[in-house]
Amino acid sequence: MSVLIFLIVFPLVISLLALVLPRGFHIRKTIGTAANVVLCAVPIYLLVANLDQGPSYFRLESGFVDILIFLLEVLIAGYLIYLSVRAKRYLPVVLVLIQMSMMIGFEFAYGHSIQVEHALFMDKFSIIMALIVGIIGSAICLYGFGYMPEYHEHHPEVKDRRNYFGFLMYLFLSAMFGIIFSNNLLWLFFFWEVTTLCSFLLIGYRDDKASQDSAFRALNMNLIGGVVFAFGIVYLFVTTQTMELDKLLLLDQGTVLLPAVCFAFAGLAKSAQFPFSSWLTGAMVAPTPVSALLHSSTMVKAGVYLILRVSPVMDNTVAAQMLTLIGGVSFLVTALIAISQSNAKKVLAYSTISNLGLIVACAGVNTPAAVWSALLLIIFHAVAKSLLFLCVGIIEYKLGSRDIEDMDFLIMRLPKLTAVMMIGMAGMFLAPFGMIISKFVTLKAFIDGNPAMAIILAYGSAATIFFWTKWMGKIISIRHGEAEVVEHTVSTWEWITLGILAVATVAVCLAFPFISIHVIDPYIMELFNTAPVIDMFNVLVVFAIMFSLLIILPLGLFYYAFINKHYKRVGTYLGGANVSNITFEGAMDSTQPIQLKNYYLEKYFGEERLFYVGVFVSLTLIFIMFGVAAI
Amino acid sequence: MNTIHEIVLNWGIFERMLAFVLLAPLVGGLLAGIDRKVSARFQGRYGPPVLQPFYDAFKLFQKEKIIVNKFQDFNIVLFLLFTIFSGALFFAGADLLLTIFSLALAGTFFVLGGFCVGSPYSHLGAEREIIQQVAYEPMIILVAIGMYQVTGSFKVSVIAQYELPLILYLPGVFAGFLYILTIKFRKSPFDLSMSHHAHQEIVRGLTTEFSGSTLALIEIAHWYENVLLLGMVYLFFGFNPWLAVFVALATYLFEIFIDMNYARFKWQLTFGSSWLFTAVAGVSNIIVLSLMR
Repeated sequence: MSVLIFLIVFPLVISLLALVLPRGFHIRKTIGTAANVVLCAVPIYLLVANLDQGPSYFRLESGFVDILIFLLEVLIAGYLIYLSVRAKRYLPVVLVLIQMSMMIGFEFAYGHSIQVEHALFMDKFSIIMALIVGIIGSAICLYGFGYMPEYHEHHPEVKDRRNYFGFLMYLFLSAMFGIIFSNNLLWLFFFWEVTTLCSFLLIGYRDDKASQDSAFRALNMNLIGGVVFAFGIVYLFVTTQTMELDKLLLLDQGTVLLPAVCFAFAGLAKSAQFPFSSWLTGAMVAPTPVSALLHSSTMVKAGVYLILRVSPVMDNTVAAQMLTLIGGVSFLVTALIAISQSNAKKVLAYSTISNLGLIVACAGVNTPAAVWSALLLIIFHAVAKSLLFLCVGIIEYKLGSRDIEDMDFLIMRLPKLTAVMMIGMAGMFLAPFGMIISKFVTLKAFIDGNPAMAIILAYGSAATIFFWTKWMGKIISIRHGEAEVVEHTVSTWEWITLGILAVATVAVCLAFPFISIHVIDPYIMELFNTAPVIDMFNVLVVFAIMFSLLIILPLGLFYYAFINKHYKRVGTYLGGANVSNITFEGAMDSTQPIQLKNYYLEKYFGEERLFYVGVFVSLTLIFIMFGVAAI
Repeated sequence: MNTIHEIVLNWGIFERMLAFVLLAPLVGGLLAGIDRKVSARFQGRYGPPVLQPFYDAFKLFQKEKIIVNKFQDFNIVLFLLFTIFSGALFFAGADLLLTIFSLALAGTFFVLGGFCVGSPYSHLGAEREIIQQVAYEPMIILVAIGMYQVTGSFKVSVIAQYELPLILYLPGVFAGFLYILTIKFRKSPFDLSMSHHAHQEIVRGLTTEFSGSTLALIEIAHWYENVLLLGMVYLFFGFNPWLAVFVALATYLFEIFIDMNYARFKWQLTFGSSWLFTAVAGVSNIIVLSLMR
């Protein structure tokens, strides 16, 4: 238990240090690095120490902590109201007031009668999440050391508040650990609101109009989720006198369906599923470490975490089917919209929503195989997607643009970075890598339960192939002549992080049988008493592809770069009118440079065309979900 | 035929893989030769000898290596390797979905080869190749889903030996598969990314910058792929091996017939009609099957 408390409190201490230690003080980076090493090591220790153990629940004499949390909640609410009023935005004020009046009323009416047996708990799922938060979180904080100075160099108009930035990042890590270890729903809710606050403040870091708009949009949507979450907690306690996550699962389905749906709704908002997707795409104005940490690998995962926790309650109900469909709609529609986007961060954001949609759909289906692949999706996606975000963050400053159309010949300008990026992209959709393993199992899980979802998956996968392949093609194209190499200006901090995550992307694929047998299967066994059987032959085949790629790729590249000499190199064919290798003779004796652009099919997959379809369909589904839960 | 069938059934996984690796290019090349002969007859020509594709490939291997950049050929080598691997998986009786994903990986390498050279014609060809990939991918996955719904397994070995005629349960899926097979065989009206017909385009799309032995590898990969696809047609009629082989060959001739009768479509029509046809024929079939259970 002390380990869990340590994981929650330690980042908090570091965040306070980040706030108070003066900038430029060389010990800052030393402390930061040491803290990150600890944050990586402790979850790994947790995994090793609990490899053969089932879930553990911890009793805590927590009267003082409960009061502290309640006071902090009121304080946060006050701060949010202050900020909103100052920015003359009143919707968040209303939402905070509703939420707080509910919580304060609840505290005074029932506060004395709340009996919490186990405030903290830990099982294999929490450990997986802790590993993701610990390892990826601290890797991204390392990256921040190299990134933030450059950020302020490129944006002199932004007030330099690096201490505040570091404070929020570590505070967020603390809150994430809080979410995944809390069994007491009031604590879970508190940490949940802290992540909302961190996300809101970090999105608004630039403090200009665009980022304020995005920040408040994110705040509004997450507060709507929070209000419903709070209602769910109050309703649950008033009807069943239960305030614990594990006890919730033991209760009769009919009585706890409505609170479960409320929690799932809060999860949908946090995971930016339709109809809430717009806050995540707006959140891309934040500095890249924020996008990588909060908006792809951890905070949005808290949403699906909560949904996966409560989905057993909803098993075999119409509400669960609606949840599946909301996930399916989010998966398909955002994958299609991603085709039409040329802003790299937006493509990544839409792809994130899409993958989260798949996880939500798996949670709705709630069979052993579906939950199994949901957990794998969480792991694989967190690693590969944060890697891609960090790559885009570097490219943005080296090339001065985050538009995919400006990434021509990237492999000539940033060769190593392009290699890392190719690993990340391959990890997102190509055969031997993790995502496709999970999609493979997901598809099988869907066919048995819900063939409509299998069809959605078939179309969605095709769309996924489209936007990744054309992006890959863009960055590996090579032109004649020299291009300026700008790679040496990437800082060591950033390289270390990219290295860790690139190795992790490959390693989690190689280690996936281990992860499956020792971590995921025990969790599934607890839930369903059976674990899905993986076809060992298929695993062997996947490994054959993986290993052959790992061997052939370096050897082949080496051969073609250094050994193969028997060839004649010519310029590209330009209709026989080449002036040089990259220019040709146009009309009226002009010299035209060649330009290669990708297809975006705006007419078919434009954002404004598909966005509202997704919103309306999912809103309908949500109303049905609440409707069937309420009666 | 039945004895051949029994012999193949008695083979182990690696023997079947080896048989595919060795025999598929012979069958594929021969089919390509028949294709050219039949096409020529349709057009009122005499046509080249049936073995002409092999002569072409041998000759291509003797050509000088001319390249635009050092790494372009590597993509094609990977394309060939993974196409062979997918086919070998299929004929070894492995998981159908895995075969499909592995084939998609091979296709991705081909597209990347087209992008990598940085030439406008190649680039356009590669873009169109992706559109084709996206157009056929849902239907191919639906084939696997449909077969699983009927037989309860994704294993090619189980599906091939299923006693009942799959085609009676999956007529819509089969129709959809025929439709996208035209894309996969690179036949008109869907030969957008690169065409065998000189009248369709002056510069040969994706393969513009590939010549000599690399072009031969692309052809050979195509032979392997064709055999794999005809193998998938076989699965629909697996209850009767004779009939299955006959239908597979008839399908090939049918695609040639389509090829002769259409001019190339625009990509919009190719893409839209493929997804629509997949939805109408494939999806409805899958839904009916799930309701029957």
